[in-house]
Amino acid sequence: MSSVVALDRLIDARRVWRGQVVSSPSGANFSTGHHFLDAVLPGGGWPTAALSEILTTAPGIGELSLLWPTLASLTVSGERVVLISPPHLPYPQAWIHAGVDLRQLSIIQANGRDALWAAEQCLRSGSCGAVLSWLRQADDRSLRRLQVAAATGQTLAFVYRPQAEAANPSPAALRLVLDSQPAQLRVIKCRGGLPPAQPLAFAWH
Amino acid sequence: MLWACILLPQLAMDGVQRHRASPDEPLVLLTGSPQRRVLQAVNPAARVLGLKPGQSLTAAQALTRGFATAEYDLAAIERWQQFLAAWAYGFSAQVSLHYPRCLLLEVQSSLGLFGPWPRFEARLRAELSALAFQHRIAVAPNPAAARVLVNIGDGLMASDERMLKQMLDPLPVDRLGLSATLTTAFNRMGLRQLRQLLALPRDSLAKRFPAEVLRHLDTLSGRRPLALDFFMPADVFDTRIELNFEVESHQALLFPLRRLTADLAAYLACRDSGVQRFTQHLEHRAGADTQIQVGLLSAERDPGMLFELTRGRLEHQQLPAPVLAVRLEARELPTFAPQHQQLFDERPQQNQPWEQLRERLRARLGDDALHGLGARADHRPEHAWQNEPANPLLPPCGPRPGWLLSEPQPLREASLRILSGPERIESGWWDGEDVRRDYYVVQTRAGQRGWAYRPVGSAGPLLLHGWFA
Repeated sequence: MSSVVALDRLIDARRVWRGQVVSSPSGANFSTGHHFLDAVLPGGGWPTAALSEILTTAPGIGELSLLWPTLASLTVSGERVVLISPPHLPYPQAWIHAGVDLRQLSIIQANGRDALWAAEQCLRSGSCGAVLSWLRQADDRSLRRLQVAAATGQTLAFVYRPQAEAANPSPAALRLVLDSQPAQLRVIKCRGGLPPAQPLAFAWH
Repeated sequence: MLWACILLPQLAMDGVQRHRASPDEPLVLLTGSPQRRVLQAVNPAARVLGLKPGQSLTAAQALTRGFATAEYDLAAIERWQQFLAAWAYGFSAQVSLHYPRCLLLEVQSSLGLFGPWPRFEARLRAELSALAFQHRIAVAPNPAAARVLVNIGDGLMASDERMLKQMLDPLPVDRLGLSATLTTAFNRMGLRQLRQLLALPRDSLAKRFPAEVLRHLDTLSGRRPLALDFFMPADVFDTRIELNFEVESHQALLFPLRRLTADLAAYLACRDSGVQRFTQHLEHRAGADTQIQVGLLSAERDPGMLFELTRGRLEHQQLPAPVLAVRLEARELPTFAPQHQQLFDERPQQNQPWEQLRERLRARLGDDALHGLGARADHRPEHAWQNEPANPLLPPCGPRPGWLLSEPQPLREASLRILSGPERIESGWWDGEDVRRDYYVVQTRAGQRGWAYRPVGSAGPLLLHGWFA
């Protein structure tokens, strides 16, 4: 009897891939704030307690707008958001305009291994709502560590990586590619469901 | 009133041994002149080798060479006694060091807070064991009787006068703490038990023996109060551990540091204060100490956290020379306000609060690595932000990019499309950093959206100042 229950639970948690889109989203996932994206993601949002990868070509193509609704709703409800080694300085006026409560925002400047260590600590502690990191070099092993840390601390983890990494496998639960020309979003991996075949038009501005 | 007496039979040995990583190795403490060194104390492992207190060092070395030695340091004993008194002060307002190697605590008034005596006693024993001090505990209605009881056995308790009398009556005279000559005199007279002494008429006792005898018997029975000096905790924490060899690696410093931070935490818990700033001194053979400041954003006293932070700072330090001793000094001891804890944590696995995480990150990455973000009511982009969270009333402005480049960069691209602008920003004439710029929202060929400007009146290339991301 217990094995049946366990299997159900595994399927519910989308740990078992059944080759078909899960029909009833559990609603446990965290809405991305973008309806078109929620509609195609299994569970209707960011995978909670897991690592999501955002692969971009260059700055200035909507990489922040993609997350701003999430960050806004997290910070407004009192959750902490940590940015680790952002490539540039966040412009406070724009972030306020996006609805982010800056009092809940912390920035960590660190390089290489320290950045990875900081990301892992923040995720593992469970005291952050979301941790965004910009990793210059991250191998499969370090991403796996982040994925485990996110699961331990029940925290949303986002990593920004260069688009060239799309070819390499990754343990992340969700992998998104942000294209600038044309402006579109491609889901190349989503745990517990089939990635949509068509790219999504991403009108971020 | 009820008094507990905690006897520390191995204070000197414990004090030395708690700084050694391996307590099972044979160790002896030495006293005496350089010509004639005598073993003052030996630990169980050394006893197994056949070493005994009172032996001369030459005799001991004739037996075996496999033991470590350390100085029997009276000043260190005094320091440990003070430290333990400060620890005991956390359990009772009346702590006295009246007897050597003993702590006297008034415990009756603390029972309400720490529970009935068996539970209270278990807690005292657990903490003493954690601090690595051997101990014996006894309780009696007066301090002198507690001191005598602890001589007879460990864990004895006389809760009232009647019970105390029952326990004391059969006591041999030589266990009473009277001088040796008096004890011999009593024994020769056939007075071997306290019961027999008490049965004698008071006036004949007073006539035949020094006044000290009657005074001592009255103190034991509680008829005469014992005048005690009560301990007052010191206002600073300053503890030093001498290493028994020259240490060149961080790793070897961690064990003594863990002891020191645990001692600091125990001391803070007793004073009900926290620490916000303390200094690690690493002492070298020559030259000045290496000083490592540990600063915290708020007062803390959790031993694990203090150790983590100290360790984080230490690991960033280059050791200029081998270290001979480690010292921890804390002078600012502000009151400690425990973090407000929510009854039901929203996140089930939340195991480390943000304040603690923040200190951890700062300790490893440096004080400046972690900061917040705040807006300032200034039109100049480079003055519109600060490292502290703040949210002033912002003047209305045009679209602002999510990323701001720290240094504007020339945008050399032929097919740049200007989407909107110019927005003129003209400000700062009052502080000498005046700015007169026309800002445009531009789109590059690759589809990136940027925020670029050209100084008013210039015809040069656009300078990129931000990305709409």
